[in-house]
Amino acid sequence: MKLIFEKSVPGRSHQYLPKCDVDGVRLPENLSRTHAPKLPELSETDLSRHYTELNRNVHGVNSGFYPLGSCTMKYNPRINEEMAALPGFTGIHPLAPAHTTRGAQEVLEVSRQLLCEITGMDDMTFQPAAGAHGEFAGVLLIKQYHHARGDFKRTKIIVPDSAHGTNPATAAMCGYTVVNIPSAPNGCVDLEALKQVLGEDTAGLMLTNPNTVGIFDENILEITRLVHEAGGLCYYDGANLNAVMGVVRPGDMGFDCVHLNLHKTFSTPHGGGGPGSGAVGCKAHLAPFLPKSAMMDEGEHIQVRSFAGNFLVVVKAMTYILTLGREGIPEAAKNAVLNANYLQAKLKGTFTPAFDRICMHEFVLDLSSFRKETGVSALDVAKTLIDYGMHPPTMYFPLIVHEALMLEPTETESVETLDWAAEVLRKLYALAYEDPEYMHNAPHNAQIARPDEVRAARNPILRYQA
Amino acid sequence: MNYPNELKYSKSHEWIRYEGDVAIIGISDFAQDALGDVVFINLPAPGDEVIAGDSFGDVESVKAVSDLISPVSGTVLAVNDELEDSPELLNQDPYAAWIIKVEGVTQEEELLSADDYEAFCAEEG
Repeated sequence: MKLIFEKSVPGRSHQYLPKCDVDGVRLPENLSRTHAPKLPELSETDLSRHYTELNRNVHGVNSGFYPLGSCTMKYNPRINEEMAALPGFTGIHPLAPAHTTRGAQEVLEVSRQLLCEITGMDDMTFQPAAGAHGEFAGVLLIKQYHHARGDFKRTKIIVPDSAHGTNPATAAMCGYTVVNIPSAPNGCVDLEALKQVLGEDTAGLMLTNPNTVGIFDENILEITRLVHEAGGLCYYDGANLNAVMGVVRPGDMGFDCVHLNLHKTFSTPHGGGGPGSGAVGCKAHLAPFLPKSAMMDEGEHIQVRSFAGNFLVVVKAMTYILTLGREGIPEAAKNAVLNANYLQAKLKGTFTPAFDRICMHEFVLDLSSFRKETGVSALDVAKTLIDYGMHPPTMYFPLIVHEALMLEPTETESVETLDWAAEVLRKLYALAYEDPEYMHNAPHNAQIARPDEVRAARNPILRYQA
Repeated sequence: MNYPNELKYSKSHEWIRYEGDVAIIGISDFAQDALGDVVFINLPAPGDEVIAGDSFGDVESVKAVSDLISPVSGTVLAVNDELEDSPELLNQDPYAAWIIKVEGVTQEEELLSADDYEAFCAEEG
């Protein structure tokens, strides 16, 4: 399809504003543009068709199955959007006097209480804009905690080798040395490896539980106890909270602070669909260092972002929690786990699971022996899935599994959709033995053929070149 | 897969050979094949210290970013700048595309011969 700039015709536009009937004011010469900005000029019809065409060419959770592992692409209920669109929320200004925005403050307070209850934390901030930002704020809490006690010898953060890449990146950005520990053969934390690296220089441990291979670490209480014994704190990466929300609480597992991806677990659009919210919760001993919103009537406060963060995302998350309620939240988590296990079981006898056991909300397939036999890679399978109207699963992650495909169906998929997905995957498994060439060249029916990812990465063109 | 006899290998898939006292380090054929097309490399600067078993840079392929692990401790004498513009050389000829040269080597990781490394890769892969 054509870019919007290519559809532009000089002089064409759609005007809604009446003619200006007061004298214009000119900015001083040094503040004025020398050229008009290069904006596309289109009629409303063309513009509307352009965006509708874009919409047709995109695969979102509203267009089909989207089992992108570790991303929780669940359906976002429409009622969330309706609440976030209420004029009382959209029409307020963050600098408005506090007594005029009590409703918005109540949203933040109610959400804070609900999410503290779900995570087992004592306090929470909604300032961080998304997950990685939340991690950064969370690890800074840990750092500040140690420093406030005059403890400057703790320079290391421990991260398992199965972690999301943002964990070591966060620790490094916070000025820590990252200590990578290998996973045990079952994909969980190797307790002996952990004991070896724990010491007086341990600032903390960053962990996802269930972890990135979709397994709940049964040693979690022992892990957090060991870290605390060494004087470190435990950070919970909330990426996989969808598997356990309302069932198990990070606070009860022994974690001191946690970030949530409200845009994943609590059903707000993401992945190009909207801004995130990386809420950070903590136990009471870290609460004094927690960033606060300037919207709260207080003098001194620490901020990591302007005002209340992505406030409307919090409105959507609160709507989701209140809609599902105390029974619905754990039920959603349990259905997410059930759906993942159902799909994993349906694929038995085809792609090999990386860990052949009951999984949590997602599971990882290991295609390395399949690739050796057929020459078809995880990438080829992912690209062929596009032709079937399925969004590819997460590929080549976690790094500890070679040729990985990670599937997270989420709780909002029906048994019919899961059956269909299993059937498509079984079909591709067979196809790889019959016609590997077809799969090397997939997709065949998508809007574009397989892009040259290597060229795109080596010579990226990042802006429109007229 | 190619495992030249005159090189030594680390279990983290780097190769090493010596020219006099200078250690020359790159990544193995197995490593470049497992990584896939390399699109970016992060190199140290001459004069930097490297420590055996620690990362001295990283390579990014279309699949993932991976650490480059130094098989020796010492000081970086030279880096192969050409790789910054042409990281694909690592895929095309991994044994010609050296990455760093290290002088003043004080420590060396346990290294494998070509035969042992080939057996090690067969097990891994």
